[in-house]
Amino acid sequence: MKNFFYVLAFVAISLWFLGPLFFIFLASLTPSSDFYQWDRIFPTRLTFDHIYKLLVNLGGWRAMLSSIQVAGIAIGISFALGIPAGYAITRYRFRGKDFIKLVMLFTRSIPLVVIAVSLVTLYLRLNLADTVLGVGLAHAAMVLPFVVLITSSIFSGVFVEYEEAGMVFGLSRFGAFLRITMPLALPGLAASAIFAFIMSWNEVFAASVLAITNRTLPAHILNTAMASPDYFKFAAGTIMAVPALVFIFIIRKYLISMWGISLK
Amino acid sequence: MARVTIENVKKYFGNVKALDGVDLTIEEGSFVVLLGPSGCGKTTLMRCISGLEKLTEGKIYFDDRDVSNVPPKDRNVAMVFQSYAVWPHMKVRDNIAYPLKLKKVPKNEIEERVKWVSELLHISELLERFPAQLSGGQRQRVAVARAIVHQPKVLLMDEPLSNLDALLRVKMRSELKKLHERVKVTTIYVTHDQTEAMTMGDKIAVMNAGKIVQFGTPEEIYKKPKTIFVAGFVGSPQMNFLRMKVVSFGTQFHAESFGLRIPLKADPGLEHVIVGIRPEHIHLQRTERCASVTGTVYFAEKLMSETVIHLSIDVEKNLVIKVPHDLSVREGEKMQVYLDLNQIHLFDPDTQERIEL
Repeated sequence: MKNFFYVLAFVAISLWFLGPLFFIFLASLTPSSDFYQWDRIFPTRLTFDHIYKLLVNLGGWRAMLSSIQVAGIAIGISFALGIPAGYAITRYRFRGKDFIKLVMLFTRSIPLVVIAVSLVTLYLRLNLADTVLGVGLAHAAMVLPFVVLITSSIFSGVFVEYEEAGMVFGLSRFGAFLRITMPLALPGLAASAIFAFIMSWNEVFAASVLAITNRTLPAHILNTAMASPDYFKFAAGTIMAVPALVFIFIIRKYLISMWGISLK
Repeated sequence: MARVTIENVKKYFGNVKALDGVDLTIEEGSFVVLLGPSGCGKTTLMRCISGLEKLTEGKIYFDDRDVSNVPPKDRNVAMVFQSYAVWPHMKVRDNIAYPLKLKKVPKNEIEERVKWVSELLHISELLERFPAQLSGGQRQRVAVARAIVHQPKVLLMDEPLSNLDALLRVKMRSELKKLHERVKVTTIYVTHDQTEAMTMGDKIAVMNAGKIVQFGTPEEIYKKPKTIFVAGFVGSPQMNFLRMKVVSFGTQFHAESFGLRIPLKADPGLEHVIVGIRPEHIHLQRTERCASVTGTVYFAEKLMSETVIHLSIDVEKNLVIKVPHDLSVREGEKMQVYLDLNQIHLFDPDTQERIEL
């Protein structure tokens, strides 16, 4: 009986989340002739036409490339700063630690809309407007608090004794971090990199405001596909959702430990 | 191998005085146990010797070299951690070889040394495994192997047996001791377990509240405890302490209370003394020099090979007696026991220190 309800809940939750996704994927593969037939739910045949057109004819490839570059810059910068910060928060005791953690979360409480105008002005002055680097910097700032908090919880999962043993047996503090802690934290760090990638990949507002010709995929889609027939919108949805889904699937094991919760 | 000299070492964590002026000299090649209750500073002292903690004050020397400000990697020490800290991302072989690799020992010599140490610790067949595939006892052996493979000047062990089950702990106790006899490295061993301390240590440093209260051989610690703390901490069951009044009859001095009279060899110059006697030095039969006391049995613990009797000799005072055989006693039974006067310890109630008369 208990099992039955368990399965029921499982099916209900799965349908709730997967149902819309299924229809998005289906609609994106439906030929335009079938799409506007209101009496037909399932198409007579499937086609990659819309996705192809979106990527090739409407400049989707270029935008996708920008997206990957932006995410790369965001991950590079946020990890270069976030890993030492996360390590320090876990391993050292210092004055104002909790305050710093709180302030980092505060940055999320200010909506991007509020700072967008001043940011654009600043970027225009710095010649960063409409560049991949500019969007990347904005995204780095956006994901940095998460990277700090996530890496600190990953590092706290690596026993400090491993590092101390390294130091006793001939490594410097930095050497112990590099040779002992990093290899042990690597799977978790890779997972948080993917998480940061998805955050950047899905971000649309900053990307739309800060760049016009070098837009990332979501910003580009917002601009082009939203003015196109509905099946293009669904095709755009598919292109956006698939990488995120795949990556989340890869890191699902680490999603929980990233947030410092352990389930046993 | 090295002689370790610790001079007036202090270590403060904020306002907490973890070490409050420690002086200790550990002879080359000896096995010294740091014994004390949790929070007494024994682990902090060991971490100071390893270099993992910086000293607030004082000096530490290995032979004549001042290592107080030398980072751990350059001290040539080894450590066995309580949690073993065997690196999970390396195979057993690489765990053991790593300290040698860091010292740039030639490859063929590394191989030889790993072979030597793994045979010494009976882990030859585990070399290709990862730590996750080992039991607690095996992981502990690997940790010890890693610690002695590069022939450190000082070997530090932080409660290495506390995570093992009781049977294995007894076995490893004797194995570690034998290992020390073979490799003869200066060893500092931290434990709160007095049995480990008494059986393993050439010398024991008993610590309390950030200080060393007594440093001596196990026999000295047991037979001539310097303070009430040491007397009470070492020995199981704990030593009995009786606060007694000093009375004099002419030139003769006695300690009296609880219907018990204990003759003193001289005038302690105090109104009261604390008389200490171990449970194993109270007998059921009269001995040559003894003092007798009567009480009612409050509780008896039967451990088959011995019986521990809690004898109520006053409203608030129980005397604990250990009889080295099985004995049937009923609770509430009256009983007369004899304190062996050759085994009496006297302490000053104010300074808590031992009085020799």
